[in-house]
Amino acid sequence: MNRKTMVEKTVKYVLTVCAVIAVAAVFSITVYMFLKGTTAFREIGIRELLFGTKWAPTAEEPSYGILYIILSSVVGTGAAVLIGVPIGLLTAVFFSEMAKGPMGGVVRSAVELLAAIPSVIYGLVGMMVLNPWMYRLEKAIYANDPTHRFTGGANLLAAVIVLAIMILPTVISVSTSSLKAVSVQLRQASLALGATKMQTIFKVVIPAAKSGILTGVVLGIGRALGEAMAINMVAGGAVNIPLPFHSVRTLTTQIVSEMGYAQGLHRQVLFTVGLVLYIFIMIVNFILLRVRKKEADRR
Amino acid sequence: MTKRRKGKDFLVKLLILLCVAISLCLLIGIIGYVFAKGVHSVNWSFLTSVTSVLRGNVGIAGNIVNTLLIILITMLIAAPIGIGTAIYLNEYAKRGKLVTLIEYATETLSGIPSILFGLFGMMFFGERLGLGYSLLTGSFTLILMVLPLMTRNTQEALKAVPDSYRMGAIGLGSGKWHMIRTILLPSAMPGIVTGIILAIGRIVGESAALLFTAGSAKLLPKGLSGLLHKPLQSGGTLTIQMYLSATSEGDFDTAFGIAVVLLLIVLVINLGTKAISRHFDCGRKD
Repeated sequence: MNRKTMVEKTVKYVLTVCAVIAVAAVFSITVYMFLKGTTAFREIGIRELLFGTKWAPTAEEPSYGILYIILSSVVGTGAAVLIGVPIGLLTAVFFSEMAKGPMGGVVRSAVELLAAIPSVIYGLVGMMVLNPWMYRLEKAIYANDPTHRFTGGANLLAAVIVLAIMILPTVISVSTSSLKAVSVQLRQASLALGATKMQTIFKVVIPAAKSGILTGVVLGIGRALGEAMAINMVAGGAVNIPLPFHSVRTLTTQIVSEMGYAQGLHRQVLFTVGLVLYIFIMIVNFILLRVRKKEADRR
Repeated sequence: MTKRRKGKDFLVKLLILLCVAISLCLLIGIIGYVFAKGVHSVNWSFLTSVTSVLRGNVGIAGNIVNTLLIILITMLIAAPIGIGTAIYLNEYAKRGKLVTLIEYATETLSGIPSILFGLFGMMFFGERLGLGYSLLTGSFTLILMVLPLMTRNTQEALKAVPDSYRMGAIGLGSGKWHMIRTILLPSAMPGIVTGIILAIGRIVGESAALLFTAGSAKLLPKGLSGLLHKPLQSGGTLTIQMYLSATSEGDFDTAFGIAVVLLLIVLVINLGTKAISRHFDCGRKD
């Protein structure tokens, strides 16, 4: 073998190893999540752990029910998507159908920047601006309710608003590109039949871009489910039923706030919380893959 | 068009503009608020000294050094692996099970939330490999996180290089690797650099993946040997220090000061990638 072929062979070998690292990473993350995440099941029992509602890991008789934590994540993400997606979609309509000239460029840069802001900054601003507002609202609503436990404004509602803001850039950019991909003939046909511009947008263009928009929604769900630091700063620090004015812990914030000091079984349960989050994310990824494939087939 | 129709159209248009206004106001509001609250804490000594109760001053120099070290270590490893993966996928691999698997894995990695990377990094690099809370543990964790970003950007850049370049080089008798090294990579360089800058941006803004891997120490390393040993020691980045300042330490002046620094970095990165892609587009039109 001469030198040249040897170099070629080595390069190919090295590059293959590089490419396989991603596979190895996903494989070992999955294995670790399941190995570490399932040990608590043996000691506590799946049913009690996943469907228990009492979270008291440091009590004399500790109890590790994470149902409210799971529900908080689901409700928080769902509500954030319900708020963020309509706003994001309409903004995307503006970009693809209405924005002309420099104004469109300015707004687009703004959205890109919004996506790049670190999540701790969202958390900080939420903490300093949103939480005081929430507290005032809370005081007004529950003024005559002696049973309400005041949260100082750190509640689910604040977390939902922060999450809705954080998924906006994702929804906007993905929806915009799929709206833009809708063919001009379709629009022209609709306009020629006498539909107004708005009718065309909402009855023709948006339905045609459905699967692309759905991709944006699913990506947004993934982002909201996995966001940790920002909501940890605004959502309060107690495990509660996910109601708007309750302090809540989600799957992510539970790990962030307790992993630092948790010991023994408590720590194992936190790994289980991680596993539940991982499974949720895998489901979201799977749906994303299906939606993307559908879109690719359609084109 | 009936009057009702017209009114409805107008309302919808108004709603759309309202949503655009919300997005814009959010951005201006957040950035404006952070600057208004934080600009006064940013000065030379804030950037170049370390917080010390004894001397009574506040500074983030240690966190800046930690952030730079983590960026350096992470990118030194992640960039070659990411670029290598992209070259493999685009130039060497034939469509088949392995390629599907690699693409699927990259996709999955980009969907995993950073807190789970942190959890894995803590368990694997920190405990299993015994690196503990250290910059190295943090960097290794972040490598996994930015890998998809690097791979995808390089892949896009390689795809944009016309096939005639490849055929020309091979036709002139170049070996495949020689062709990649001297023709493909230079042509794809703007895309690759954009990927690197975006990855740096992601590292600068990351917090959840670093909390349980890199720790939160904020002292400056002493001298050259201190700097060389620093990767094995715990160190908090700017974001981690900002989080701690805002929560457990309750020092909001510092928190907003760091937020200003972070926003400036993000702005520079944003403008940088824009400038590169504009430059690149011009080059392609010629």
